[in-house]
Amino acid sequence: MQIDKIKEYLKGYDGEQCTIMEVCGTHTAAISENGIPNMLSDKIKLISGPGCPVCVTVASYIDKLIELSMLPDTTVVTFGDMIRVRGTEKSLRDVTAMGASVKMIYSPFDIIELAKSNIGHNFIFAAVGFETTTPIYALIVDELIKNKIKNVKLLTALKTMPEAIMAVAKDNDKITGFLAPGHVSVITGYNLFCDMAKKLQIPFVVSGFSGQELLSSIYALTKLKGGQSLNMYTSVVTNEGNIKAQETVSKYFKPCDGAWRGMGIIKNSGMILKDEYKDFDAGSESLTSDSMYNSACSCGDVIAGKINPNNCPLYGKVCTPENPQGACMVSTEGSCFHYYMNKRL
Amino acid sequence: MCVAAPGKIIELNDNIAKVDYNGNIVNANAGVVNVSVGDYVLVHAGLIIQKVSKSEAQQMQELFRELEEL
Repeated sequence: MQIDKIKEYLKGYDGEQCTIMEVCGTHTAAISENGIPNMLSDKIKLISGPGCPVCVTVASYIDKLIELSMLPDTTVVTFGDMIRVRGTEKSLRDVTAMGASVKMIYSPFDIIELAKSNIGHNFIFAAVGFETTTPIYALIVDELIKNKIKNVKLLTALKTMPEAIMAVAKDNDKITGFLAPGHVSVITGYNLFCDMAKKLQIPFVVSGFSGQELLSSIYALTKLKGGQSLNMYTSVVTNEGNIKAQETVSKYFKPCDGAWRGMGIIKNSGMILKDEYKDFDAGSESLTSDSMYNSACSCGDVIAGKINPNNCPLYGKVCTPENPQGACMVSTEGSCFHYYMNKRL
Repeated sequence: MCVAAPGKIIELNDNIAKVDYNGNIVNANAGVVNVSVGDYVLVHAGLIIQKVSKSEAQQMQELFRELEEL
């Protein structure tokens, strides 16, 4: 089908009301940057989901990172977004002025060289992410063991998507279709989302990230029924996923209950180091309590797809990318950030 | 962190690949995908998660270039 025909169809669509959740934060970014909401009929509504790893991390986890960063001879190592997200009161950036040691890295494996060249100094890796990111943490633990490196630990808040998507679907009966997370699918495989579509009796489409791919996938979701699903990202997503990555993760991690901002504790929606590798864990268990730095912050409802970012009373007023009140406005995968930057309605 | 973009492997030593993104070179771990020099790959948070066909990679590179220009 020609893309022009798809565009024409989506703009003129007059069928049953469609509410499609884009689960992945990178999909939210691509949809916003491509202006896709403006290309759709009023009868097709897109809502963002819980697919931004920094956004779904609870305050007690940030608080624990801050506590560790203040210890002597200890540095917290993290990706950039996490530095600006506030816990109960402060962010990692706030406490660097108070003597905390925090280092931002782009490639997680850099921690191996850091550890080797700073024997006697402790490094804590802020290990957040979904199925796509957990394999690199497993490889890091593998490398630590092989090289007998003792001065690195992980503070984990690792999440898995299926149970979270199930929770969102059960809590929101308006959702008529899911854009499945594309890069998570690379690791888990397409079959996982076929099974979910059947369980929930809601269609799933695994989509790529270009404007054409997204429009085609939205088109498909207006056509699919009940437990149907489709893989429209076949260039990189196979039915079984990346088996080697799955096996590497299973070697070092086990499922656990996950604490999600705005959604509470969801059974079996997290991953934590297995008991035999606890020496590499910096105290990740029981980091479940959450609070909002600004009590009016609606990040929880945004993450669960209950409201659009611009329905939050703080959005665009006291909460902006320059002065974010909640994680969804901080992260480059956060839906508030992308709604704001792209003036998405 | 969760942005997986395609790049081309220009060097491979053990499991560490140098990946070229239109002139920006980054290190990526090749521990969960069998790759060779010249392959186009998706890299997520420093990990190669999948090989990509060349035409697909070029198409995606073009997309990312366009996004940067917006």
